[in-house]
Amino acid sequence: MAALAEEQTEVAVKLEPEGPPTLLPPQAGDGAGEGSGGTPNNGPNGGGGNVAAAAAAAAAGGDGGTPKPVVAVSAAAPAGAAPVPGAPTEAGAPHDRQTLLAVLQFLRQSNLREAEEALRREARLLEEAVAGSGAPGELDGAGAEAASALLSRVTASVPGSAAADPPGTGASVATVFSGAASGPAAPGKVGSVAVEDQPDVSAVLSAYNQQGDPTMYEEYYSGLKHFIECSLDCHRAELSQLFYPLFVHMYLELVYNQHENEAKSFFEKFHGDQECYYQDDLRVLSSLTKKEHMKGNETMLDFRTSKFVLRISRDSYQLLKRHLQEKQNNQIWNIVQEHLYIDIFDGMPRSKQQIDAMVGSLAGEAKREANKSKVFFGLLKEPEIDVPLDDEDEEGENEEGKPKKKKPKKDSIGSKSKKQDPNAPPQNRIPLPELKDSDKLDKIMNMKETTKRVRLGPDCLPSICFYTFLNAYQGLTAVDVTDDSSLIAGGFADSTVRVWSVTPKKLRSVKQASDLSLIDKESDDVLERIMDEKTASELKILYGHSGPVYGASFSPDRNYLLSSSEDGTVRLWSLQTFTCLVGYKGHNYPVWDTQFSPYGYYFVSGGHDRVARLWATDHYQPLRIFAGHLADVNCTRFHPNSNYVATGSADRTVRLWDVLNGNCVRIFTGHKGPIHSLTFSPNGRFLATGATDGRVLLWDIGHGLMVGELKGHTDTVCSLRFSRDGEILASGSMDNTVRLWDAIKAFEDLETDDFTTATGHINLPENSQELLLGTYMTKSTPVVHLHFTRRNLVLAAGAYSPQ
Amino acid sequence: MAEEKKLKLSNTVLPSESMKVVAESMGIAQIQEETCQLLTDEVSYRIKEIAQPLYGFHAQEFIPFRFASGGGRELYFYEEKEVDLSDIINTPLPRVPLDVCLKAHWLSIEGCQPAIPENPPPAPKEQQKAEATEPLKSAKPGQEEDGPLKGKGQGTAAADGKGKEKKAPPLLEGAPFRLKPRSIHELSVEQQLYYKEITEACVGSCEAKRAEALQSIATDPGLYQMLPRFSTFISEGVRVNVVQNNLALLIYLMRMVKALMDNPTLYLEKYVHELIPAVMTCIVSRQLCLRPDVDNHWALRDFAARLVAQICKHFSTTTNNIQSRITKTFTKSWVDEKTPWTTRYGSIAGLAELGHDVIKTLILPRLQQEGERIRSVLDGPVLSNIDRIGADHVQSLLLKHCAPVLAKLRPPPDNQDAYRGDFGSLGPLLCSHVVKARAQAAMQAQQVNRTTLTITQPRPTLTLSQAPQPGPRTPGLLKVPGSIALPVQTLVSARAAAPPQPSPPPTKFIVMSSSSSASSTQQVLSLSTSAPGSGSTTTSPVTTTVPSVQPIVKLVSTATTAPPSTAPAGPGSVQKYIVVSLPPTAEGKGGPPSHPSPVPPSSSPSPLGGSALCGGKQEAGDSPPPAPGTPKANGSQPTGPGSPQPAL
Repeated sequence: MAALAEEQTEVAVKLEPEGPPTLLPPQAGDGAGEGSGGTPNNGPNGGGGNVAAAAAAAAAGGDGGTPKPVVAVSAAAPAGAAPVPGAPTEAGAPHDRQTLLAVLQFLRQSNLREAEEALRREARLLEEAVAGSGAPGELDGAGAEAASALLSRVTASVPGSAAADPPGTGASVATVFSGAASGPAAPGKVGSVAVEDQPDVSAVLSAYNQQGDPTMYEEYYSGLKHFIECSLDCHRAELSQLFYPLFVHMYLELVYNQHENEAKSFFEKFHGDQECYYQDDLRVLSSLTKKEHMKGNETMLDFRTSKFVLRISRDSYQLLKRHLQEKQNNQIWNIVQEHLYIDIFDGMPRSKQQIDAMVGSLAGEAKREANKSKVFFGLLKEPEIDVPLDDEDEEGENEEGKPKKKKPKKDSIGSKSKKQDPNAPPQNRIPLPELKDSDKLDKIMNMKETTKRVRLGPDCLPSICFYTFLNAYQGLTAVDVTDDSSLIAGGFADSTVRVWSVTPKKLRSVKQASDLSLIDKESDDVLERIMDEKTASELKILYGHSGPVYGASFSPDRNYLLSSSEDGTVRLWSLQTFTCLVGYKGHNYPVWDTQFSPYGYYFVSGGHDRVARLWATDHYQPLRIFAGHLADVNCTRFHPNSNYVATGSADRTVRLWDVLNGNCVRIFTGHKGPIHSLTFSPNGRFLATGATDGRVLLWDIGHGLMVGELKGHTDTVCSLRFSRDGEILASGSMDNTVRLWDAIKAFEDLETDDFTTATGHINLPENSQELLLGTYMTKSTPVVHLHFTRRNLVLAAGAYSPQ
Repeated sequence: MAEEKKLKLSNTVLPSESMKVVAESMGIAQIQEETCQLLTDEVSYRIKEIAQPLYGFHAQEFIPFRFASGGGRELYFYEEKEVDLSDIINTPLPRVPLDVCLKAHWLSIEGCQPAIPENPPPAPKEQQKAEATEPLKSAKPGQEEDGPLKGKGQGTAAADGKGKEKKAPPLLEGAPFRLKPRSIHELSVEQQLYYKEITEACVGSCEAKRAEALQSIATDPGLYQMLPRFSTFISEGVRVNVVQNNLALLIYLMRMVKALMDNPTLYLEKYVHELIPAVMTCIVSRQLCLRPDVDNHWALRDFAARLVAQICKHFSTTTNNIQSRITKTFTKSWVDEKTPWTTRYGSIAGLAELGHDVIKTLILPRLQQEGERIRSVLDGPVLSNIDRIGADHVQSLLLKHCAPVLAKLRPPPDNQDAYRGDFGSLGPLLCSHVVKARAQAAMQAQQVNRTTLTITQPRPTLTLSQAPQPGPRTPGLLKVPGSIALPVQTLVSARAAAPPQPSPPPTKFIVMSSSSSASSTQQVLSLSTSAPGSGSTTTSPVTTTVPSVQPIVKLVSTATTAPPSTAPAGPGSVQKYIVVSLPPTAEGKGGPPSHPSPVPPSSSPSPLGGSALCGGKQEAGDSPPPAPGTPKANGSQPTGPGSPQPAL
């Protein structure tokens, strides 16, 4: 214990990478770091630290010659072929110049003289050049303004990565932008996509320049509608996918060209045809009626920056093409060409059900190649630990009269971990912290408990123990339970984090330093002596956040607790001293979720700024930034092998990210509402996700396919958890129920033939009814968190909320 | 889904006048109309952008603006009360809100949800119904086709409506049940204890305990599984006690029926077939008491008649035809010449309670005939005192029920002779009653009052307490919808000889300080306003469903305040805290096992061994599930001390 306490002070005070190896990009810009050496350096706690530091990073970028001032493209990208312009001169691509000018403009607007000066100096740009930017810089007034608007978005989402750096480390942050379209399947695209993804806004808008007769738009649309509705059944379903993106783009085109009344009437006339799950986006659109409003409207930008993806069979596509050409309907054809990404496949058109299963996300379906890269979903080999046969335990077994069973059981556990899973990543793919003695002890405990684990199944359902938070006044916003089920943490809207001990063992903190010095360090029970008995209690309250606490996560060794909050920070708390150790600043907006890696040390967070970040506890900047979601990242979870991170977002997609290189390796679409819960199956093969639409979807990670749909909940699914052996999936919801699903059956006869894998066409069985094993209603208590104890008892938690 | 497709679009735009006003306040005097328009557009958009619900939450509650207009100006303003500071200073500080705490309970034990207070009632009414009507379909409710793809807005809206038993149909669909065998399942030990306690209290001698027990039956959400037992208990009890002419027990049993009917969480349809005969028996039975000349069995008949009316109202459908069947039964026995006066009285009462239409079509045409019969008894030679009393009662009953109907039917000039012509010997009396009824109706209209005479849908009750200040000015009470303003029958114990009859006027109001236990859907009535004297009649909000507040159960024995059965004296406030079969409760109240059961259970003539029910301890082991031990002896506490609610 003393060692642990020491260690954590180390973290608190030194903040140096020490001990566990770190996950830093190998060669990321030393030069860039040097380059920024001359820039004004704001201390970590400096008042304007964020923005200024962003500028610093921008300066570094300008010097280093990377095209994106704030985004350093990771050199660790698989192909390593990011088209980094080698020449660090300002005469690079017009892009460079343009962005630089935009940054300068932004700085000036933000009144950051110093940074602006520095940047200008670095960029060797003269005052006149900026002043006259209108002429040579191709930035008309509106464009510049728009650029700054966009920039404010970008910088808002990234400055943390570069914020508050001591010189030299700024560029060590690897920020990988994988756009919706990027994927390892298209190596070398990473960089260029990054460029594409941050388009100059004037370009974005001017794409709407071509226009037809505004009065004809309704006719065009209804003409197409008529055509699609009259086409053969097999094509109709596929072509119907066009309605929504076409509607949006036509509307935006009208708005852009300042046909306000036509736009309104167009909207009025056709918005009712769109699927109900788009209505939140439509609501945003409906308020957008003027060209001026389009700048800075994020939804609009999303539509433009990420092409809406449709999957259509070749036949259907030909049909459409022929029709549009016959009718000379250039307007629609232009939109299809310019704004949509049509993923054409050969073979039979998909059925309506097949399409319905996959659509619904903000930007259409995922492209097929987005889910093609290999994912190592297997589990890492467990370190071999000798399990000393505990005497007590053996006695217990003897009393029960079955001592002989012990050996074989242990062997089976041992053999499981000895075999190397062919799908597992290499053991050292990402550096993991070494096991400490206490971790080993815990693992031994875990194994012992495992032998007593209940085998679950349809005939043996787990018991559910419900922890109700009383008097929470709807203020409970996050819950976590330690792996050994001894502690429960609750995050509250009043900015507090509360930790309860649910075992008779009270929570004790280490004594004050003055008292510690009095302790006889040689005594055997020194670990006991350092604990303060006087202040022991069942509940400890952690104060520190300045906003509601939306995420909480215990470290696997139970020494730390993470909490993420509306105030934009993630805090690391010591459970030895019950004090805050580090505040990780990076997200500038509310952080919705955070979670520790199953091996500790790393953690991931995701928030309103649309990115998820990977951190290590001893670095106060993120190691990776997972950017690509088009809306808030609501939930983040580590894969059991810690090599991947899954994120669920309000853009109605789930993404899987590779921790090693920051790539997005899977995009799962199909949910019809923001995703609020995620969980991996214990074997790492499957992912279950729950959303506001009340459905739980099951995904095969290896094949990148949806494999199941669990219908039953009537409200947001806010918690999901597999049993320890993966037999049962428990889901908890805002509809005040806990439901148990037969996970074995759900994954049982998955015949992922090559065809399905290749095409991604799925046929979901309609078997939610059969899979539902039980529904347990609470008394007006939404189920916020679920947990399986090591013996497969379900712990559920939520706050009682009277009407 | 169709409705969800409709997107709520707000086309609200700020009026350009606002812009002008703002501009003026900034010191810009002349601002062009065009500019204003542009500004409003922009500002409206920005406001919408900001006000865009971040996560789709909409304010459901009423926005407290008041509207006023005048002089061409429209104003929205907050209505703010003037506050007297001294009041604020003098009021005691509010209680500090309780701190968050954590409480664990079993939501499920190996797949079964235990029936403990922390869990919702095992089977909500809809599900009871589903199980009763479509046993095969109810296997896994809550799985509607195409899961709700609702927007977030709807999601929260639905979340708002959820919670208590009755109000949340969407929620209730997700009830936790798999197909069960159709047999009656066993009751848990707690339920057995509860059943024993409740039945003993209901038929025991302690009125306070009975009131508690009835309150519990009327409000507890978890009685579903015991319903078959209660039903049998009542029907068998009636069967036995009719034979034994035990008026008191019959009354108690009817009150149990009433309480069951009042419980909003019970699906009684399945048991109506058992209950109706029992209730009907109490209406039309030839003899209900040992001394028909003295005992007030009339009140029981009245009460049961109202119960039947209530049953008709609740359960009669075109398929089961309950009402027409009941009507037929009553009419048949009334028409029969040989029917004794008691049965006659019951039949008429039963019919009369069914409403004005029934009175009009079935009773009024027979008034003349019945009047003759009454006259022959009253004016003729004294054959039997009992007949005389019976005829007298029938007469006043007819007058009571027919007068208001006639007052509505006939045009005002009330002429004795005309009435005599139409209704025979009852005419003159009827006439004077109609006049009274008219006067009263006028008075009612004036005072917005409601008296015992609202016959149509009174919910019957038998309460032994009486309002201390029965005056007609009871606005607090009378504003409450009709279901609550209940007419009361002073059933002054079985011995009271005073015929309560023919005075309908508003002397009787129920004082029912119902502690709102159970569900919030239950309307809570506090009569503290009605009778200023009884200021202590506050309802005690024992939150049941809430395992929230302090985990201390306060055991308040109501004995101190409950008005004793004989004296209608005290302005008693009957505060009822129901504590279910907690051993400490029992001890606190003198121990239920020591309850003397009022009827010697032996010598039951019923072949069905029905004597088990009215509290006989010996037979308790029979049909109704027995408690394995006395509650005292049984140390296991069914509900922990931390659960303040009586819900089982």
